[in-house]
Amino acid sequence: MRMAQQAEPAAGAPPASGPGVADGRTTRRPLALRLLARPEVGVFLGAAAVLVFFLIVAPSVREGGSMATVLYQSSTIGIMALPVALLMIGGEFDLSAGVAVITSALTASMLSYQLTLNVWVGVIAALIVSLAIGAFNGWMVVKTGLPSFLVTLGTFLILQGANLAVTKLVTGNVATDDISDMDGFDQAKKVFASSVGVGGVQVKITVFYWLAFAALATWVLLRTKYGNWVFAVGGSKESARAVGVPVTFTKISLFMLVGLGAWFVGMHELFSFNTVQSGEGVGPELIYISAAVIGGCLLTGGYGSAIGPVFGAFMFGMVNQGIVFAGWNPDWFKAFLGVMLLGAVLINLWVQRTATRR
Amino acid sequence: MDRSSRSRSRRLAPAVAAAAALILAGCSSSSGGKKAEEGAANASAGKADTPRMTVALVTHQAPGDTFWDTVRKGAEAAAAKDNMKLVYASDPNAGNQANLVQNAIDQKVDGIAVTLAKPDAMKSVIGKARQSGIPVVGLNSGLSDWKKLDLLEFFGQDESVAGEAFGKKLNTTGAKKVVCVIQEQGNVGLTQRCDGVKKTFTGTTETLYVNGTDMPSVKATITAKLKQDTSIDTVVTLGAPFALTAVQSVADAGSKAQVATFDLNKELVKAVRNGTIEFAVDQQPYLQGYLAVDSLWLYKNNGNYSGGGEQPVLTGPAFVDKSNIDRIAAFAAKGTR
Repeated sequence: MRMAQQAEPAAGAPPASGPGVADGRTTRRPLALRLLARPEVGVFLGAAAVLVFFLIVAPSVREGGSMATVLYQSSTIGIMALPVALLMIGGEFDLSAGVAVITSALTASMLSYQLTLNVWVGVIAALIVSLAIGAFNGWMVVKTGLPSFLVTLGTFLILQGANLAVTKLVTGNVATDDISDMDGFDQAKKVFASSVGVGGVQVKITVFYWLAFAALATWVLLRTKYGNWVFAVGGSKESARAVGVPVTFTKISLFMLVGLGAWFVGMHELFSFNTVQSGEGVGPELIYISAAVIGGCLLTGGYGSAIGPVFGAFMFGMVNQGIVFAGWNPDWFKAFLGVMLLGAVLINLWVQRTATRR
Repeated sequence: MDRSSRSRSRRLAPAVAAAAALILAGCSSSSGGKKAEEGAANASAGKADTPRMTVALVTHQAPGDTFWDTVRKGAEAAAAKDNMKLVYASDPNAGNQANLVQNAIDQKVDGIAVTLAKPDAMKSVIGKARQSGIPVVGLNSGLSDWKKLDLLEFFGQDESVAGEAFGKKLNTTGAKKVVCVIQEQGNVGLTQRCDGVKKTFTGTTETLYVNGTDMPSVKATITAKLKQDTSIDTVVTLGAPFALTAVQSVADAGSKAQVATFDLNKELVKAVRNGTIEFAVDQQPYLQGYLAVDSLWLYKNNGNYSGGGEQPVLTGPAFVDKSNIDRIAAFAAKGTR
């Protein structure tokens, strides 16, 4: 419990927990300021603004089907943005997250096809590979003390090359073979890539997974010992170690969580499209990191939330599809995204300052 | 900025502007530039009086690619003529491209033109479009898959056929050893081109992968290859910008190799004209964009199928070399060939 008290100022005490320990040193601050001190408030306002904006300028956004498209795009970013955000709260960084998704999908697809196995075998093997990549990243970072930026940059390049080379070596092509007629495919497709009818609109299943994972991650961060460890190692590794937080375990497990996310998104891509292009996956890693940063995570670690990246990913999905719905010239998309990112970071900065002013 | 400096800048601004205008006027170029470009008017074919319709063109373009810009110009020309609103969107990532098609379906467009660089990824979303009663045509890539995916028509070139034609042409230039430069590892169409060259070319063909998003590294990689293997006498590139870079690489390496390429652009035409590039295979991207959009208009207003619903409409391979470059140069200067 002592640890929990230390982490609370960073995590933003959940309102349900009532007043903090009144020891005479702090006074209760106004509700507005306490709300503002939460990392996800800035991004929530931003996401609402973007949504309202596109609802006004693009009539076709107002239909249920369009929102399903936006949410689907957001979910493919958001599922990865969650573990990436946790990792960033833990003070680390993963550049290999984008290509790791493709690595996972390639592993499952090629293993099943080449050995003519039930696709679930490939799915499990891919999970092991993804977790191993995460473990390797974490182990390297912890053991060498190198910045995770450098370690994962190395992994990113290795995986990018291996994705292409191994695929070419095994299949003779640059894309994997179609596995849609193999045993277990339909089952796996139901799990990873089906659609669910909600009020006459087909919503992709990833949207539900995304929200479920976000709820789970929020609970872990705010209500469990592990969540406190994450904040602690991101805040200060030495202090955390001094009070008995298992730093090595926490860091490695956070990297493995990113691996888990990469596996999940990889499986979704595989069972949506039946084949995997080996050259893809370069670029999304920055999108995941951006979604986490827009969502209020600091690059320096020790601060952030799991719900913020959900709104961050939603902003990305909304802008991405919204520009097309509005019929604008998509040449501007990246510029718009950059402005949005800077704006979000500035809002976060302002919110921080306002909220922490006494 | 304090107030005094602001008022000073207010006084200064007109003076600076006037000086700049004078300097610019004194330095105008007597050749080339925007003035020369304005002399060449774009093709325009009046306008149809059919009801306004909206079509979406969804491609796998990477941002800033000259080839796709030409496709888009063709599509826009057809849309302007047919009284259409054209919604253009692109993403090189297969999943995102499928999402953009879904986006067009959500917008209830009257027709969709789509490239099938990754046909498997597009399968389900094209099925959805068909269910919604939206006609879908294919262009550029996916020649072997468009019928499987139940598209109405297809406009493009068979990459293997183009590669084979390229190889045959190389046999007539006396080439013995060529290197085929692939700028995007993992792109099926590009791989087919090199395989086609390999198939019909009687000499040896090597493949070289370069990072197409980073020109300096492309240049260095080709230079290194030419230095490492001095017996290479022809560099085959798969895109106009890469051909022009390869010319520099050849000079840097002090090699005697010729350069030949797939696809055209404005600068490449000049290079063919002055002989620094041997020849180019043109798949006529303008035509692909134009016909794809126009075909949706024909289908909607007259129920026509180009290619009779059985065969693709081929837009290439058309060879561009010294013999026919003059006819094409005028159009290329406008950026539409």
